[in-house]
Amino acid sequence: MQSSKQIFFEIRNLAVTYSPESDRPIRALDGIKLGIYPGEVIGILGESGCGKSTLANALLRLLPQHAKLEGAIFFRDRDLLRLTDKSFREIRGREISLIPQDPASALNPVIKVGSQIREVLRAHFPTKGEQSRDRVMDLLREVGFVKPDNIYSAYPHQLSGGQRQRIVIAQAAACRPTLLIADEPTSKLDPALKAEIVALLSQIRKQHGTAILVISHDPTVLAGLADRIAVMYAGRIVEVGTSAAIFSRPLHPYTEALMRIATSSVITGAMVKGRVPSIEGESPNPSCLPVGCRFESRCSERMDICSRQYPLEFMPEPSRPVNCFKYEE
Amino acid sequence: MSTNSNGGAAIQSLLRVKRLSKKYARGGLWQKRVVINAVDNVDFEIMTGQTLALVGESGSGKSTVARCVTRLETPDSGEIVFQGTDIAKLDARELISFRSRIQMVFQDAATAINPHFSALQALEEPLLIQGKTGEEHENRESRRDIAATRMTEVGISPDGMQRSILHFSGGQCQRLALARALALRPELLVLDEALTGLDLSTQAQIANLLLDLQEAHGLTYLLISHDMALVARMADSIAVMSGGCIVEVGPTPQIISDPTHAATKHLVAAAKSSASNLSAMTSALA
Repeated sequence: MQSSKQIFFEIRNLAVTYSPESDRPIRALDGIKLGIYPGEVIGILGESGCGKSTLANALLRLLPQHAKLEGAIFFRDRDLLRLTDKSFREIRGREISLIPQDPASALNPVIKVGSQIREVLRAHFPTKGEQSRDRVMDLLREVGFVKPDNIYSAYPHQLSGGQRQRIVIAQAAACRPTLLIADEPTSKLDPALKAEIVALLSQIRKQHGTAILVISHDPTVLAGLADRIAVMYAGRIVEVGTSAAIFSRPLHPYTEALMRIATSSVITGAMVKGRVPSIEGESPNPSCLPVGCRFESRCSERMDICSRQYPLEFMPEPSRPVNCFKYEE
Repeated sequence: MSTNSNGGAAIQSLLRVKRLSKKYARGGLWQKRVVINAVDNVDFEIMTGQTLALVGESGSGKSTVARCVTRLETPDSGEIVFQGTDIAKLDARELISFRSRIQMVFQDAATAINPHFSALQALEEPLLIQGKTGEEHENRESRRDIAATRMTEVGISPDGMQRSILHFSGGQCQRLALARALALRPELLVLDEALTGLDLSTQAQIANLLLDLQEAHGLTYLLISHDMALVARMADSIAVMSGGCIVEVGPTPQIISDPTHAATKHLVAAAKSSASNLSAMTSALA
């Protein structure tokens, strides 16, 4: 399906450096390369602090003033990083929109949620009151509310965590964007709600052909949702592949270790109390990153070269770029 | 380590909860007053050196039980017998010295520790509070030594003890919270969703750390969680809560493979289905 389509969104060598006044500069992202096909769900798998959220915010140009961006982000042949703020505002929320990580703090507590969804529509399509109210009702129904009237005039605090998550999804989907960015859409939800939100995102993709970039630290979320997965570690993408390939044949030692942990936490009848597989150590501090491979200190297959040089991209299989010297010819 | 691996040593009861109830009233002044039975006639027992997991959906009353056992809440009725003492009846003075024996670790360590504190201050605080009667906590040096030992125990280098809490990552904060809970060498640790919200690899590290600490010091855990897979790895027995009541109790393997109550079945099924895609895809992995 993908080979016939053209990449419509492409991140080229994106790097982000934060230079807060009070602290040393932090290289949050480095050499990020990723293309997204129309209607594709692409997962970004990585742990906290690896730069996933920086990536989401960089794509929407929502980073703080002191963040320096290098590289390019091409969207329909335009470099988003070189657009003026004014012309970018026409894209943000309209073509590319964000499902924020924490709906409780993303929603305004003193405005009814219906008006908050309407606000998104009004920013991009100047329409009459009644018309946009109907549209909001449709959106509320689409994200799974059976009685949208009650929800429309509710305040965020009157809704449950799952309901608030649906509201921010309705906001993000309001203008039928071509790319939705979902930043940890299920991190604060219990397993049953998690499955519902994953199903909702799949449904939005199916109905409207929206491409979705899903950021998560939880492989179980991505397993049912993503077509392709990019694995991030300490500010770099270390491996990209189809979901099936990443899960069944991980190439990078980090992905491999992560998958071992994930499979060990799959519940079975034969489970007994005891230690679980884990990755010892910690991610490197982003304000003093090693010159070599960033996973080197925790890697079970490290070689001499790993600490001296960063492994550039190797392609042991078609469409499986991986940054590890294991695959050097 | 399974339930019956304690060999010849007799298994002793550390904590026994009988007919514990706690009601909360909601509403009042303008709204109709509604009384909620957060915990309703709950009975359970934890054996020394073992882990009892309390599982259930959000709102089932797990955390209220935890808060009663640690006496952050006073139960309305029932007994909480900890080694012969009914702690439900302790007054404020008696509680202070008692608290050193049961400690609690909360879900979000980053907000559970005062952000103005250094790691040392955070670890020192319980020693200072309890130190009024004790001898070994009295001088600065010995407090620092205890802090350093606890930090080492949880896998954080004591070199960083002067650093602010804000400089530690999420996983490190959770380790520090654990070190602080262990500062007074408690017998029972109440872990209220202490592993929830952590990254996969951090969660695995902390789970292993808790298992190691349990073995080394004979600690007893009351583990509150909604993650059945995690609980299966860490607990000797499981008590399932639903609507404020315990609906099923049993050894871990039995609850996981042969649940009888609808609430338990639901929890096990949800855990299985949320991981079904993953297990299908990773089946090729050795």
